[in-house]
Amino acid sequence: MTNEVTTEILATHVMELAKSGKRLDGRALDEYRPVKITPGYVTSADGSALVELGDTKVLCGVKLEPGTPYADTPNAGTLTTNAEVVPLSSPDYEPGPPSPAAVELSRVVDRAIRAAETIDLKELVVTPGEKCWTCFVDIHILDDCGNLIDAALLAAAAALKNAVLPAKRFEVGEDSPLKVHHIPIETTFVRLGDAIVVDPTSEEEGTTQGRLTIATDETGNVVAMQKGKVGAFSPQDVVSLVDRALAHGNRLRTLLPGGNHP
Amino acid sequence: MGSVGAKDVPQLLDANGKRIDGRGLEELRPLKIEAGVLTRANGSAYVEWGENKVMAAVYGPREVHPRHMQENTKAVVQCRYNMASFSVDERKKPGLDRRSQEISKVISEAFESVLFVEEYPRTSIGIYIEILQANAGTRCAGIVAASVALADAGIPMSDLVPAIAVGKVGGKLAVDLRKEEDNYGEADMPMALVPKSGRLVLLQMEGHMTAPEMAQALEMGVRGCQQVYEVQKDALKRRYAIQRPTEAV
Repeated sequence: MTNEVTTEILATHVMELAKSGKRLDGRALDEYRPVKITPGYVTSADGSALVELGDTKVLCGVKLEPGTPYADTPNAGTLTTNAEVVPLSSPDYEPGPPSPAAVELSRVVDRAIRAAETIDLKELVVTPGEKCWTCFVDIHILDDCGNLIDAALLAAAAALKNAVLPAKRFEVGEDSPLKVHHIPIETTFVRLGDAIVVDPTSEEEGTTQGRLTIATDETGNVVAMQKGKVGAFSPQDVVSLVDRALAHGNRLRTLLPGGNHP
Repeated sequence: MGSVGAKDVPQLLDANGKRIDGRGLEELRPLKIEAGVLTRANGSAYVEWGENKVMAAVYGPREVHPRHMQENTKAVVQCRYNMASFSVDERKKPGLDRRSQEISKVISEAFESVLFVEEYPRTSIGIYIEILQANAGTRCAGIVAASVALADAGIPMSDLVPAIAVGKVGGKLAVDLRKEEDNYGEADMPMALVPKSGRLVLLQMEGHMTAPEMAQALEMGVRGCQQVYEVQKDALKRRYAIQRPTEAV
């Protein structure tokens, strides 16, 4: 557990730096950390990717299994996104049921995947009301050095892009690639005093006065947002952050294996 | 094991005595260990062993949570062995099932046997093992990774702890079983060794072996552990090698 006094000193330092346009790790306020994506990292999954965002490490595995459509959506397959924040990933983990932060992480990533219509759930139906594919997007947090949301969605998008419908394994035909229609990218900003920085580290997340995540798709739409942590943004802040998010999104999308095409 | 009534039992040994993946009976799958792979953890290690991919992290000695677990005379060793839901063919429900809880317990006890816990009273040493991809032998791979992570965290212990499973396939004893051999073989015996004392700190067994077979299996396991031990030491040496500045041009 981090000592409270050091946390306080560090927070003050982070704020002072931000005032003069600087950051603890030497980045510019609108500079993203280097991103490394390793697709197909786990062969036991039907699609997978390891994402390293600076020192943050996130692994996503996609599993597709035969299932039953929900009663109210007989013409659609199902999608479940789940983020496992495990004690390996940071000293701040507390045992017990998933923390509210872990639940928020799962839901914010899930919302972007759904809203962007990343996959068309109607294409996952085999027999309406009876048989469909169930798509599980499981995200395993390995090293939490900040900005898990962006890293988790990058991993999920990359994993979905190399996912294969394992029809052979379930003896229901031949394997085929999972069709991915749109690629959402989430860009997270935090406020440090008057400055708003992109892609926060865990130190910056601990200091922040408000966090805003904006998910954009490749057509220039905003598809999901989440304001989190204690703090506030003005409508003008949001307008300018949308522009910044679109620019970051477009660049990050090109880093996904398979290029810019969704 | 545990495959009574399975439909297609594969042939585990061919006419030349080679195993399903072409290995000899005492041949290990390729083993790769890297120390210090995570930033937040006090110590960490990554192990690729055959098709197993395992990450281990160590935190501590630190305050005990929950507090009532605290012990006045020693550190508590809290191991959590967990499988990622995508680590196996059929998606596993997230969280610790009974198997994972049992494995966590025996691994905690194995490490408490080599850690100088009485030096750190009222603290906890957390050992976290995540199985990212599984193909039989994950508890052994987890122990191998965790002991390198403990060393990487600088926590004093009497020795590194290598581990390996010995089993029986097609009527013959074999080390380091892979999935098909574990599923359809006649026995599986994972063990963890303290090389300096020659003692076993983890031992489990399931299946059928005669007493002479058991004696031979233990010998094979000790030899297997010695090989794993060398790879563990090498990983730590690489991690802590002195980086000599390249000569000025």
